[in-house]
Amino acid sequence: MYPRWLWPVFAAPGVVWLILLFLVPFYAVISVAFGGVDPIFQNPVPSWNPLDWDYTAMGKTLTGFLPGNQYWAVFLRTASYVALALSGSLLIGYPAAYYISRHARRTKAILLVLLILPFWVSYMMRMLAWVNLFSPAGYINKFLVWSHLVTTPPDWLNGNPASVILALIYGYVPYLILPLLASLDRIDRSVLDAARDLGASPIEAFLHVTLPLSKPGILGASVIIALPMFGDYYTPNIISGSPSTSMLGNQIDIFFHGGSQPGVGAALTLILSAFLAVLMAYYMITIAKAQKEYPA
Amino acid sequence: MTRHTEPGATVISPRRLIQQNAVRKLSTWIANPWGRPRFLALITWAYILVSIAPVIVAIQFSFNDGRSVTSWQGFNLTRWYWGDPDHSVWHNPALQHTLLQSLKLAGLDILIATPLGVLLALGLARWRGFAANASNFIMLFPLVTPELVMGLALSLVFLHVFTFIEPSTTAQVLGHVTFSLSYVVIIVRGRLFSIGRQYEEAAADLGATPAQALRLVVLPLLLPAILASMMMVFAISIDDFVISQWLSCGASCDTVPIRIYSATRTSSFPSINALAAIMVFLTLSAFGAAYLVQRLMTRGERKSRRGMAKGMFDL
Repeated sequence: MYPRWLWPVFAAPGVVWLILLFLVPFYAVISVAFGGVDPIFQNPVPSWNPLDWDYTAMGKTLTGFLPGNQYWAVFLRTASYVALALSGSLLIGYPAAYYISRHARRTKAILLVLLILPFWVSYMMRMLAWVNLFSPAGYINKFLVWSHLVTTPPDWLNGNPASVILALIYGYVPYLILPLLASLDRIDRSVLDAARDLGASPIEAFLHVTLPLSKPGILGASVIIALPMFGDYYTPNIISGSPSTSMLGNQIDIFFHGGSQPGVGAALTLILSAFLAVLMAYYMITIAKAQKEYPA
Repeated sequence: MTRHTEPGATVISPRRLIQQNAVRKLSTWIANPWGRPRFLALITWAYILVSIAPVIVAIQFSFNDGRSVTSWQGFNLTRWYWGDPDHSVWHNPALQHTLLQSLKLAGLDILIATPLGVLLALGLARWRGFAANASNFIMLFPLVTPELVMGLALSLVFLHVFTFIEPSTTAQVLGHVTFSLSYVVIIVRGRLFSIGRQYEEAAADLGATPAQALRLVVLPLLLPAILASMMMVFAISIDDFVISQWLSCGASCDTVPIRIYSATRTSSFPSINALAAIMVFLTLSAFGAAYLVQRLMTRGERKSRRGMAKGMFDL
C-alpha cells in the first residue's frame, strides 16, 4: 500500500545523522591515531588517507601494553577493577533479580518501582551521595568510630582501590538487575515444575535448569555494565582522584585534557575499542535477536 | 529426636516444649534458607536499602541549616534552594545556569531525537535490502560504544572536520542526539512490531491514502511509545556527563552532572545537594506524569504494554 521509496526516505535523515556524527567521528579517531604531529606546535595532524598512515606512534603505544611497560599496570588495574566490580554486581544482582522474579508476590510491584528508582537519580547524584557518606566526617566514619569498630576513621576517598570498586558496583548494579530480571522472568515455570516432578531437589533444579537457562541473561547483563565500566574515568576521579587507582579511561582523559598528546589518547581509544569489540559484537547480536523475536 | 536422649524425657514441661520448638524452627530457618527464600529476601531488601539510602541522605543535607554536607545542623527547608542570598541555587547565577543548561540540552534533545528516531524506526522496520541491514547495524553502534569513545570521537570531529562547530551548546546538543537516537528507535520499533500491520491494511481497504494511514492510524497507535521514548531521552540526556563534558565550552556549558562532578573534589555547600535534589524531583514528577498519561493511552491493552516494557529492558 505504501510506495517503495517511502521507507528509505523515512530512514534517511537518521542514517545521515549517524554517518556524520558517529561513523565520521570514529574515522577521525583512526586518522588522528595514525596521523602525524605538527613539528612546531606539537598538535596532532590527522591523515585522512589510509595510504599515508603512520604506524610508528601506534606501535609505540601498543608496546606500552607489554608486561612491565608504561600501560601494563593501568591495563591490569582496569581489567581487575572491572572483573571485581562485575562479580560483586552479579553476587548482589542475581540473587535480588531471582528473588523478585521467582518469590516476590504481593511485594513485586513495589520492589520493581524501588529497583527502577536509581534510574531516576543521575549517576553523578549517586556518586555525590556516596562521597558525602564516605567523607572523613561522613556518616560511615561516624558510625565506625561510634561503634568502636575502628579507633581512627579510615580514609576512603584518597587512592583507596576498595572504595573505587565498591563505588563502581554501587553505580552500575541497577543497570545489571533489570536485564537479569527480564531474562529470569522469561524462563518458563513449567520447566522447573517438570524438574521438580522428576525428583530434582530445589537446589538441583536451580543448578540444572534455572542457572543454565539464565546464562544468556547473565552474559548480556554483564556486557551491558562491563562496556561503560571499561570507559569509566569519572568514578575513579570522584572516589579517589589518585594516580594509584587510575584506569584506562583516566589515561585517555589525561592525554586529551591534561597533556599535549591527543594522538596518544586517540591511539589508546582505538586499542580500547578493539579490546571491547568482542563484547560490543555480542551485545549487538543480542539486541538484534531480541528485536527479531517480535513478528515483523 | 533430642527428646529421647534427654534425662527424664517422659514428662516435658510445656514451656520446654515451646523452647525446643523455637530452637528447631530457628535452626531450620537458618539452615534452609532456600525452603522459604528469607536469605534472598534479605539480600534484595538490603540491596534496595543500600541503593536508596545514600540518595535520601544527600537530599536530607540539601535541607541542612548549616554549611556542612556531612554533619546535620538542623532543618531548613529553603536556605540552599533560595533562602541563602549568595550560595542558594536560586541566587547563585552559576548554579542557576547549570540547571537551565541541563534542561535546555534535554529539551532540544527531545525535540530533535524524537522525530528523527520515530522516522528512523518506521524506516528501519519496513525497509528491506542490503542498505537497510547496514543502516540497522550502524543504528546499534551508539548503544554499545562506551561514552568515552563517543565523546573523544565527537570532540575530534569538531576539531578537525566540522570545524565550523566549536565546543558549545550546539556541539553538546549534537552529541546528545547522537547517543539518544538509538534508544528512540528501539522503543518505537518494539511498539511498531507489537501493533502489527493489520490496522493500516484495514484503513487502506477502507480507502485511506498512505499519508492518511500513517497520520490517522500509525501515529496515534505509536503515541505511547513516542511518549516513552521522550521520557527515555529526557532521562539519559539529564543523566549524561561524559558527552557534555567532552564537548563543553567551559563554565557556560556546565550541566548539572558536570557541576556535581567538580563539586565532589572540593568542599562544597549543600546548595550542590539542593541542585541535585531539584533534578531528582523534576525527573520523578516527569516520569510520574508520563506513566499516568501512558496508562490512560494504553487502557485495555495490557499485553502490548508489557511487550513494550520488555523491549525496553531487553536493551
